[in-house]
Amino acid sequence: MLATAVIMFREILEASLIIAIVLGASREIAGRGRWVAAGIGLGLLGASIVAVLANVASSEFSGNGQAVLNAVILLSAVAMLTWHNVWMSSHARVLSAEVKGVGLDVQSGQRPLTALLVITMVAVMREGSEAVLFLWAIATGGEQSPNMLIGGLGGVIVGMLVGMLLYFGLLRIPARHFFSITSWLILLLASGLAAQAAGFLNQIGLLPALGNGVWNTSNILSQSSLVGQLLHILVGYIARPSGIEVVFYAGTFLTMLTLMRAYGSNRGRQVKAKINPD
Amino acid sequence: MSARIFSTCILAAAFTFSGVVFAGDPALTLSIHDKQFEPKQLALPSGIKLKLVIRNLDGLPAEFESSDLSREVVVPGHGEVTIYVGPLDPGNYQFFNDFNHEMQGTIVAAPAVKKVN
Repeated sequence: MLATAVIMFREILEASLIIAIVLGASREIAGRGRWVAAGIGLGLLGASIVAVLANVASSEFSGNGQAVLNAVILLSAVAMLTWHNVWMSSHARVLSAEVKGVGLDVQSGQRPLTALLVITMVAVMREGSEAVLFLWAIATGGEQSPNMLIGGLGGVIVGMLVGMLLYFGLLRIPARHFFSITSWLILLLASGLAAQAAGFLNQIGLLPALGNGVWNTSNILSQSSLVGQLLHILVGYIARPSGIEVVFYAGTFLTMLTLMRAYGSNRGRQVKAKINPD
Repeated sequence: MSARIFSTCILAAAFTFSGVVFAGDPALTLSIHDKQFEPKQLALPSGIKLKLVIRNLDGLPAEFESSDLSREVVVPGHGEVTIYVGPLDPGNYQFFNDFNHEMQGTIVAAPAVKKVN
């Protein structure tokens, strides 16, 4: 029962933390709750479909298909997190200009609500499909299953609680640090997800490994420890990364940072130009 | 020359040539049977990319996972999946079933050619 709880906790944790971060980071955006809820619903639906496919379909899907699907899911999450962050970095400047009493008409373009929906959906879908498969396996497997199902449910609840802790922790960040802290969190999160995607594409031979074990810090911090896993999800910690994972991590990090800086400062200039039309 | 060393030579030769000929990557099989990995210690040649076929003989789905190798794949009950592994540096790489953490095993990568000498 406890083992089941731990496994379900681990499966649910990634989705839970990702949702907490995007919910926290988007607290300024009206109507985000509905979009995130819709994302969770669609994600659960998708997770069930993937679980059925992975379990009954031909080995072709269950090997390569799984990896491709995971990579696509992770990379779309990276793209959406990038959009979100870039939007937020420009929005933050316009907002602060408005706060200074300039009275700008804030027309910030399309709000990244779709991004919130997609991020939530894919986060739930990815880990959820594994949770569904696992629960299915224990539900059909033997006399111990009622206890194990209760354990599994307990794991889900604890996983969600940890996400809520993070969310309320984020809300307590003072307003002046809020944008920078949440955008750094998202930057690191997205870089880690990109590295995971590289792992999946390498697993089916679509990308070269470029060397395995660029470093090995398993002895210092094992990735299977709780702290190791938390850091793996939040900042993409990998104890023994392959070259391609490092390349994807660094590439995503630098690209996203550059976009945030570029877009943020452009918007800043536009705002200034509007204020001083000399 | 014992049969074991002989077969290692053949394997080593096969691996060496497959890198050049590439008629299909060399494949190794790992089974899941009675909630155990078979073998628990899987020896494979380092420095070579190869296919690993994971065959689940049990009815329960399993998730082959390894943080050391960044591998993660669901293996349906009575099903099999194929993934790529390597080229690996010599050393040990842990793997486990993410649906049942009591199921663990190790991939032991060692230079294949060295054994021949």
